[in-house]
Formats: sequence, C-alpha cells, structure tokens
Amino acid sequence: MKRVHELLLYLYPAAFRAEYADEMRRIVADGNRQASGVFGTLAFWLDVVTDALTSAAGAHWDLLRQDLGYMRRSLARSPGFVVTAIAVSALGIGVTTTVFTLTDRVLLRQLPYAGAERLVKLWEAVPQYSRMELSPANYRDLKSRARSLETFAAYYFNPVNLVGEGEPLRVRGVAVTGEFFVTLGAEPLLGRVLDGADDRESAEPVAVLSYRLWQSLFGGEPVLGRTVRLDGTPYEVVGVMPQDFTYPARDSDLWTTARFGPDDFEDRNNNYLYGLARLEAGHTLEEARSELTLVAARLEEEYPETNQDVSVTMIRLRDDVPRDARLMLWGLAGASVCVLLIACTNLASLLLARGLERDKELAVRTAMGAGRERLVRQLLTENLALAGLGGFIGLLSANAVVPHLVRLVPASLPVGEPSAADARVLWFAVLVTGVTGIGFGVLPAMRGRRGMELSGLREGVRAGIGGRRQRLRSLLVAVQVMATVVLLTTSGLLMRALVRVSSQDPGFRTEDVLAVQTPVAWTAYQETARRAALYDRILTETRALPGVSHAAFTSYLPMEIGGGIWPVKIPGREETGGSGRQGPWTASLRFVTPGFFATMGIPLRAGRDFDERDNGTARYVAVVSESFVERFWPDEDPLGKRFEFGFAEREVAGVVGDIRVRGLERPSEPQVYLPYRQVPDGSLIGYVPKELVLRAAASGETLVAEVRRIVRRADAELPVGKVRTLAEVVGEQTTPRRVQVGLLGAFTALSLTLSGIGLYGLLAFSVSQRRGELGLRIALGAPVSGIVAMVMRQAAVLTAAGASAGIAVGYAAARGLESLLFGVRPGDAPTYLIAGGIVAILALSACALPALRAARVDPTEALRTE
Amino acid sequence: MKYDAERLESMLPLPEATFHILTALADCDRHGYAILQDVAARTQGRFRLGAGTLYRSLQRMLDQGFIVEARERPAPEDDDERRRYYRITPLGRAVARAESRRLAGLVALARARGLAPRGV
Repeated sequence: MKRVHELLLYLYPAAFRAEYADEMRRIVADGNRQASGVFGTLAFWLDVVTDALTSAAGAHWDLLRQDLGYMRRSLARSPGFVVTAIAVSALGIGVTTTVFTLTDRVLLRQLPYAGAERLVKLWEAVPQYSRMELSPANYRDLKSRARSLETFAAYYFNPVNLVGEGEPLRVRGVAVTGEFFVTLGAEPLLGRVLDGADDRESAEPVAVLSYRLWQSLFGGEPVLGRTVRLDGTPYEVVGVMPQDFTYPARDSDLWTTARFGPDDFEDRNNNYLYGLARLEAGHTLEEARSELTLVAARLEEEYPETNQDVSVTMIRLRDDVPRDARLMLWGLAGASVCVLLIACTNLASLLLARGLERDKELAVRTAMGAGRERLVRQLLTENLALAGLGGFIGLLSANAVVPHLVRLVPASLPVGEPSAADARVLWFAVLVTGVTGIGFGVLPAMRGRRGMELSGLREGVRAGIGGRRQRLRSLLVAVQVMATVVLLTTSGLLMRALVRVSSQDPGFRTEDVLAVQTPVAWTAYQETARRAALYDRILTETRALPGVSHAAFTSYLPMEIGGGIWPVKIPGREETGGSGRQGPWTASLRFVTPGFFATMGIPLRAGRDFDERDNGTARYVAVVSESFVERFWPDEDPLGKRFEFGFAEREVAGVVGDIRVRGLERPSEPQVYLPYRQVPDGSLIGYVPKELVLRAAASGETLVAEVRRIVRRADAELPVGKVRTLAEVVGEQTTPRRVQVGLLGAFTALSLTLSGIGLYGLLAFSVSQRRGELGLRIALGAPVSGIVAMVMRQAAVLTAAGASAGIAVGYAAARGLESLLFGVRPGDAPTYLIAGGIVAILALSACALPALRAARVDPTEALRTE
Repeated sequence: MKYDAERLESMLPLPEATFHILTALADCDRHGYAILQDVAARTQGRFRLGAGTLYRSLQRMLDQGFIVEARERPAPEDDDERRRYYRITPLGRAVARAESRRLAGLVALARARGLAPRGV
C-alpha cells in the first residue's frame, strides 16, 4: 500500500512533492493504521486515490494558472517578440498543415469505401503499355473465370447531353456494370443504386444522380421516379448518391448502366473499360494477380489473334495515383518541411536570444528556490502558448488556402474535395505545434541554460557568449541557410522546367482561336448526312459572323484526352518492330471538317486540305502529319500512298505539320486526320466531331453569345459546353505544374524572408553580445574595416557551410523529382549558382547592418558596461 | 486591519476546504495533520480532508496570503521539526468572516422561506 501511495505522489508537480510529500506520507500512514477491517481499509484507500487524482489535477492547474499569469506579464513587456514568434510559428505550421491536408487526402488516407483495402483496379497489359483499358469480351471472360475476386465491375466515362431540364446540358456521365456500386460498398443517399438487375437487356434505362447534379439541376427537390433525357433516351432517376461519393472522378455527374451489344463482345481489340474489383476476403493481391495472369494466359491460347502478349495489371485502388501527382505532392511536402524547419530554427533563435535576456530573471528565481523543473515548466507553458496561438492562426490560414489548391489534385483521383480541416488535420497541427513549441522552444533554451543559473546574477552576461550557445546559434543559422537553398534550388529547377514546357511549340496557333464544345448526341445523329447538315449550317453561319475568319469542327482538341491510338496497315508491307495492338504501327485519329488546319494554324506541307468532295461516296482520303510520313515513308513522296486505318483503306491527300497531342511534355506522335463525311453511318461513335473551333480577331462575350444562338437555332437540344481559347486549353494542361511552381515560389519567398529576418536577428544579437570584446579590439587599435570584415567573415563561413549542405540536399531532392524536370538536369549548374548567389546576397545584407553597428561601438562605453 | 470589501467579495465563495482550514487555524497555529484532525473532530467526521486536498489548499492559501508559515514553534519536547505550522493572517481572518456572513445571509434567506428552523 505504501508503494501505491508513493506512485500516487508522482501525480503531483515536483515542487509540490518536494514541499509536502513527507507530511502526506505520514498522514496516509496514520490513516491506514486507524482504518479498521477490510472494508474500512478499502474505503480509506478509495478515499486516498480519489483525493490524489483530484488534488493532483488541481495542483497542476494552479501551477498552470500561475505560469499563464506570469507569462502574460512577461510577454506583455516584449510585444515585438510575441508578434514575431506567433507569426513565425503561424507561417511554419500553416504551410505544413496545408500541404499535409492535400498529401493526406491523396496519398495517405484510406479511401472512403467500406473495406477499401480490398479494392483493386485492373487493366490489360501488353509489352508496350502496362495499363490498357479492358475490352468487354476480355472483361467478361476474366470476370467469369477469376475466383479470387469477390466482385468485378467495369465502367467507362460516358459524357451525355441532358435535355428537358432547362438549358440543354453536357453532363459527365459514367456507364457502369451492375457490380459497380456493390464493389465499392457504396450506399445511396436517396432511392437505390444500380445493381445486377439493371444489367439485363430487358431492364429499363435508369440513372443515379450525383449529389451535386441533384442540387444544381433539381434544387434538391424530390427526384426519384422522374425521367431525364440523356442523348435523347429517357432514363428514370432511381437514386441520388451522397455528397462525398464521386467515384470514378471528382466531377462525376451521374451513373447509368453500361450496355454491351453483340459487337462489343466480338471484338477483343475494342478496349474502353476500366476494371474495378474487390478481392475475395482472405485472398491477397499477389494471389489474385497470379490467378488472373493464368486466366489471361489461357485467353491468349484461346484467342491468339487478339490476345497475343496480353496480360493483366492489377494494383490497389489506393495506389492509383499518377506518378507525377504523387511526386508533386511529395515535393511539396518536402518543401513545407523546409519552411517549417526555417520557421522552427527562427523560433529557436528568437527564444534563445530571449532566454539570454531573461537569464538574470531566471537566475533570481533559481536563487529564490525555483527548481529546474519549475523553470522548464514555465518555459514550456510560454512556448507552447506562443506556438499554440501560431498553430491556431496557421490552421485557419490552411483552411482558407486548401480549397484553392484543389487544382493540384488530378480530377481523376478518387478523393473528395480537400476542404475544411478535420480531426486528422487537427491532430497533425497539434503535433506540429507541439514539436515546434517543445522541440525548438524549450530544449535549446534549457540546453543553453545548463549550469549557468547562478552566473546570470553577476552583472553583465558574458557567460551567454559561451561556446555552447554560440555553437547552437551557428547551427541554427546554418540550418536556415541550408533549408533556404534546398527550396531555392528545387523551385528554381521546377521553374526552369515550367519555362521550358511553356515555350514548347504546340504545332498550332493558340492566339485568337476559340474552342466551343458542341457535343452532338450520338443517338440523334447516327446518319452522317444528318450530322453533315448540322455542321454545315453551324459553320456557314459562324463564318458569317463579323470578325470570324475561319471555323471548323474536330472530334477532339489537341491536349484533350480522346482520339485513341489506331493500328496502321500498309498494303504489301509487313509490320516490324512491335507486336500486338500497340506496336509502332499506330497513329492517333481525328475527324475534322474542311478548314480545320487553316483555323488552327497547322501548316499544310504538301497536298490539299479536305473539301466538300470528300464524302461517303468518294474515295476515302486522309491528311497525315509529318511524323506519320517520317515513320512510314521516310524517303518517299507520301501523296497518293494508301494505307488501312479506321476500318477502311485511305489515300494520303495531304501532309500537315505535327502537333503535340498529349500535352506539351510529350513528343509529337503520328496523326491521321479524316474527313467528317467519311464516317460510315452508325460506326465510330466516339469520334464524331464535337468541338467547334473558330478563329476570330476578338473573342468577346458577344461572339460567344452569337455562337450559342447559332447552335441553338440549328438544334435546340444541342448543349453548348465549355467555351475556351486554345491558349486556355494549353494552359490547363500545365496548370498543376504552374500551381506547384507558384506554391513552391511562395514557399521560397516566405523562407527567404524568414531566413533574412532570422539571420539578421541572430547576427545583430551576436554583435550586441560581443560589444565588450569589439570595444576592446577598437580600443586596442583594430581598424573599422577589420571589425566589419571580422563580423562578415563569421556570417560568410556559416552561410557557406549551410549553402553547401543545402546544395547537396537540393541535388538529392532534384534527383527524386527528375521526371518532373522536363529536360532540365537535376545538376543544372546555373540554378545552383543563382540559388547560392541569392543566399549570399541575403546573408551579406542581413549582416551588413550588424557589422556596421559593430564598427561603430564606442570603446569607452562598451568597456564601462563590462 | 481594514480590507476593501470589494476585494474580499471577489474572493468568495471560499472552497469548503479553505473555509474549514481557516476555521481550524482561527484560535491557534496548527500543522497539517492537526488541521485535518480538528476539521474531522468539529464536523464529527462528516467532512474529511484528504492529504492531497489539504496540502493543495494550504499551498493556495499561502499564495493568496490567507495563511503564513508560523516561525514560532512549540516547546522542543512537543515539536517534530519535520512539521510545518500554519498561522491565519489578518486577510485570512477577514475573508473567513466575510464567508461566514455570506453563509449566514443564505441561512437567513432559507429561514425566511421556512427552509431552516428558527433560532438555530
């Protein structure tokens, strides 16, 4: 029992224990003796434990209140210090919390689905591409044979025109198989989700709405049982999903049932399905992989024509984050750690300087009996309170900033909008605040104070200049310089990469060209002639608008996903250099109307553009790109050459310049343009032209309104989607990169400012501490220039040490980010030179003032104060 | 010594333990254990101070200036030098009086409503 009480005593603050433990022991021992019987003893000890728990908490609270009161008085005397310390912590904690929120949502957090660890994504894999969409036939066979998958769903993006609810609207639909929702374990907010019964051929067409579409289109009104027309077909709304359900993309609007026709199952080269499965409980990913690889091998034997070298790729849904997005986020996380490190070292320097100023006060308190624990506790309270206030402000700013950074997260990722901070982020902020307050606040202060409690009582605090503190301050300076250089070099390299990417020639004109989405509903325009009539009408009227010089339609804009990669066959020539569907004998496809090349500013190198003669009854022709010619007829005249492409034999009528199809960072690839009238009725659904491009001197609101009117008159059910300039289309492609460079730039600017302040503060403080020594030197005849040089030298050595470490770490970081650097080498010398130069200038300017002040020290005054 | 009534008011109500300790110290200096015993005796064991509560209260009262440590100690044969003796200060006495008045006022109120017997 005695031991129990000894343990209970440890609940009290040390000072309290030192003061009263003896007497408390005696009282408890007496009480124990007097307690009679088992129940009496038990009751007594119950009282002792309850009393210890309540009074110990009270004793701590008393101390905290005292400390807070003391802190308030002490901090009120130095408001400058308080504001700086809070601002510095707020910056560090705010930046780190912001980046953590993003990184957490995208890379760390478990996905918001039940049993999410068992969810996997599946692709077909061929030697050239490890992730290729599934064909319906292969999906069906894999699904029926795989035993390690509990459910296996497939989906494809199926944008559709929604009419009948106000303005015609282009919505981002997703066509899914019946197992889609059950695989994800998703429950509807209203009504029901799609299920296996909806897959039956006789089933009525039904749709499930996203929360966002339900709110924006129906204002949250009862909607179940209502009919919406999608691409001309009526669908009954059977459910609404909750707000946080957005799979497979953040902007998914509605889900309909994927319907496969007999044609879909006949052609195993028809790859357009994404596979999503849930592993059978008890099966590992590896087991499922092995099983599906075996199934794929069997399919390869059964269908050697189409499934040669076709295997399966399977990864966890959690890991389905594009490498670039992953790298960008880790890069930002690293940068935010740099900012936090700079903020923390700054805070530590501030507290160290303040600790020195407070030596005398602390020494007095020590002399009066305050124990070391008591003083640490006081410092802890003060620093945690400062960091806590900083953390609070940081968290508020993170909360405000995060929604604006959503553009960094690819829309295709299955993560919700990273918006308000939640419990995880709060805990993270508390942790960072704790580390900032304790790690960088109390420990350095106490380290510096070790063994000098009494020395502070002497007049003049020469003890403070002692080696240990000096070393600690030097270390803080070097760390700040290092972190700043790391940020400068990495953001510098990424900035250079951005400049390089942005200066790439896309191969078409970006100025003065407007792109207007006019997605014709396939169901209404199956006949080519009907479609041609629509395009002709819109184009004729658009071209007549004032200021419009050219107009045309295309199936896909450059830089936009779509178009597909199609096999090329040249009569009489054997395919070499590749196997299966995705060899080098491929090209991407675009259907266009006459005038497309002139509108886009794509130069015609040889032959002719399409014209009205290129219709369904004429000989099938094609215009090809220069890289197409280089690949297939490198030293020949391509005009008049024939090749098989897109289910028909075509003759080369013209050659145009290359354009960058898959973004500025990817090289040009062979392109085939086909005339819009030569799409056979009812085929090539996805390739119908649906982007109206027009070149106009001024693309103002009036012009857009006119175009809308023209489209409306041509077909009242045809929605007008996004209206953008081509410069915007290209810009969107580099948006994540620009946002990242912007963020890194902001971090770098912050860290430069912080480092500047930190360096200045530390050097100024160091000089003020050395007044006596400097005065003595001056009194002994040291020249002013010598004093200035001495102070500057000290800063230069520290800066050089920090910068060298920073360059080494920066290089390592750049190696990690190499794939984002687009042609800029991780060891790009000019970047490192500029970074080093900026830091050198910063350090020199930061120490110039203290150095000059040192040189102006009045020897007599300085010596008198010693 | 006169104390500003407003200042005294701001210290009320006193925690029960504080009031009992002040009462125990009203007639003579006592050490911690003696206070504990006095309180138990005067309340017939109805109010028992735990050791932790006692010393936490004593520490707070020292900080607030309600009590001080007494310099004079009993005769050596009665003394245990490890023990500390506490003495009530004029402030402690004033605040205890103020608390008594406050409690008496409450009893008077209750009496007026027939909640407390008259003449007690």
